[in-house]
Amino acid sequence: MNGRRKALALGVAGLAGIVIAPGVRLIEVAQAASQAGGGAGANPRVRWGMLIDTTRCKPDCDACVRACRSENGLAPSPKPTDAQWMRKVEIREIRTGRSASVPVMCQHCAMPPCVDVCPTGASFKRTDGIVLVDRHRCIGCRYCMMACPYKARSFVHEPLEGQQADVPRGKGCVEGCTMCVHRLDAGQKLTACAQACAQAGHNAIVFGDLNDPHSEIAWRVRELASRQLRQDLGLDTSVRYHGI
Amino acid sequence: MQDRSARTFWLASAGAGALAAAGAAASHYMESHGHIVTGMGNEIVWGLPHVFAIFMIVAASGVLNVASVGSVFGQAPYKQRARLSGLLSLALLGGGLMVLMLDLGRPERVLVAATQYNFRSVFAWNVFLYSGMAAIVVVYLWTMLQPGLVRWSQPAGLAALVWRFVLTTGTGSIFGFVVARPAYQSALLAPLFILLSLAWGLAVFIVAQKSLYGRRELPWSSELRSRMARLLGIFVAASLYLVAVLHITGLYEARRGAFEAFLLLGQGGGARFAWMFWLGYVVIGSLLPMLLVFHPRLGRERCVLGAAVLVVLGAFAWLFAFIIGGQAFPLEIFSGYAVSSSFGDGLVASYAPSVPEWTLGLGGVGTAVLVVLVGARLFDMAPHDPA
Repeated sequence: MNGRRKALALGVAGLAGIVIAPGVRLIEVAQAASQAGGGAGANPRVRWGMLIDTTRCKPDCDACVRACRSENGLAPSPKPTDAQWMRKVEIREIRTGRSASVPVMCQHCAMPPCVDVCPTGASFKRTDGIVLVDRHRCIGCRYCMMACPYKARSFVHEPLEGQQADVPRGKGCVEGCTMCVHRLDAGQKLTACAQACAQAGHNAIVFGDLNDPHSEIAWRVRELASRQLRQDLGLDTSVRYHGI
Repeated sequence: MQDRSARTFWLASAGAGALAAAGAAASHYMESHGHIVTGMGNEIVWGLPHVFAIFMIVAASGVLNVASVGSVFGQAPYKQRARLSGLLSLALLGGGLMVLMLDLGRPERVLVAATQYNFRSVFAWNVFLYSGMAAIVVVYLWTMLQPGLVRWSQPAGLAALVWRFVLTTGTGSIFGFVVARPAYQSALLAPLFILLSLAWGLAVFIVAQKSLYGRRELPWSSELRSRMARLLGIFVAASLYLVAVLHITGLYEARRGAFEAFLLLGQGGGARFAWMFWLGYVVIGSLLPMLLVFHPRLGRERCVLGAAVLVVLGAFAWLFAFIIGGQAFPLEIFSGYAVSSSFGDGLVASYAPSVPEWTLGLGGVGTAVLVVLVGARLFDMAPHDPA
């Protein structure tokens, strides 16, 4: 009986070791990650964001979507399996019949579910709020696509040709809107979609630093009623919408 | 007799090996051409390979229950079956993980997955849970096979018992933590997966035990058979109960109502999943097996085996409706609005599994069968009931 008890005690002790060891490793890794800090070069005082004024967005205009595709080397006329980083969603309220045309892309959440679920840390958020995929770390598990409430991520289903030098992409990886991070890091002030919308004369997409109280986007979100998509999830998105 | 048994072994191994090789070839084809050769797209991102993989991983946890009943709870007839139970667990885990890994967009980056962790990810937890499970089962088998170590098999069995509950909690949580989709986010999925694992695992065990004996009479007493059959019936009933609770909670919430109508009533394009759920899972995978094992006039060996096979078929039907149906239902980004776009917004996603997907999934099964055949041949794994 004594021997049995001893064996049981040793078994429990062994089990405790097996359970606790990964936990200890977890704490080590978490601390190391926070010390390393994310996004070398990104400015932590900035939070890039967009305000989309749906009252100005025209249903027959897709200048933003075309600009996004051309800027990032995406297929100009995508097949169903092709990547779409930005799309126009036509919406009509079932009860009232009120309709609007709404550009939808990665909402660059402050608490992004895609980053939470990514097993390798390939999905990450820079300190300036931009959510990206590290193409060298992505294993193509597609868990982020399951987790994203906005259908903002695409999987590259085929070998690619004619890529843009600034926007590396690859078969078997997941990708999405980068808020034209290559432009911002080169010192430009506008994303391709916001620029195209302004050139088309609609000015429905306002891009800028939400943290800068003097920026246009900061005062517009102060003055205009705006909302986040799936606000119920509490993800604190960087993209806001007016007029829906 | 010996010759015939050797021939059967080599034939079965060659068949399983060919299946495993075909799975590897399908994966190579998918990797070189991209996932364009599958039926998956940007809506259905997890397809048939995930159905196979999750079935095998969940069953790997449950199949070890036979060993637990023997080692931890001291039931002698189950103890006779503990080795086979451990071997089946390792084999199913290996087969399931093979399918999961080879279905990745970048399977060659498996080393990245093994060295770079994001500990907020349920997937990353599962990497530890799966490898830990394999290690514990190996140690457990060792304590059973090495005469001097037998006294350690009870603590090792206890460790395996606890670990597999955590493992199946982890597998259920892969879906349970997905807040974006009405089909998934639920704390109930963790206990549901534990119950499903017990039912699926025992069903696989009963089928595998019979298959290993081939046409020879299975050496299990009618008492043991009826006990195992009753246990299978109880696990199936308990899973069905929790599945019912899951959908009742869904029906109670206004925002999940549309999804429940899609899955349960087939409204809005969900007919295929409703059939899978009601006919495949409820009738074929649950009610019929329960009838076969609980009906006083049934319960013969053939009935128990039939019930086990039906439970496995029902498992595939449930997983298909759960995994594919859950993704096919469109995301509701604009509540109360009808939506359309060039990216399939507002539409039920279509999905038809392609040949490479079937081949990869069956390749995982072939791998598991091969491991069991070779393991049972090399080590003394088959049950030995006292005459």
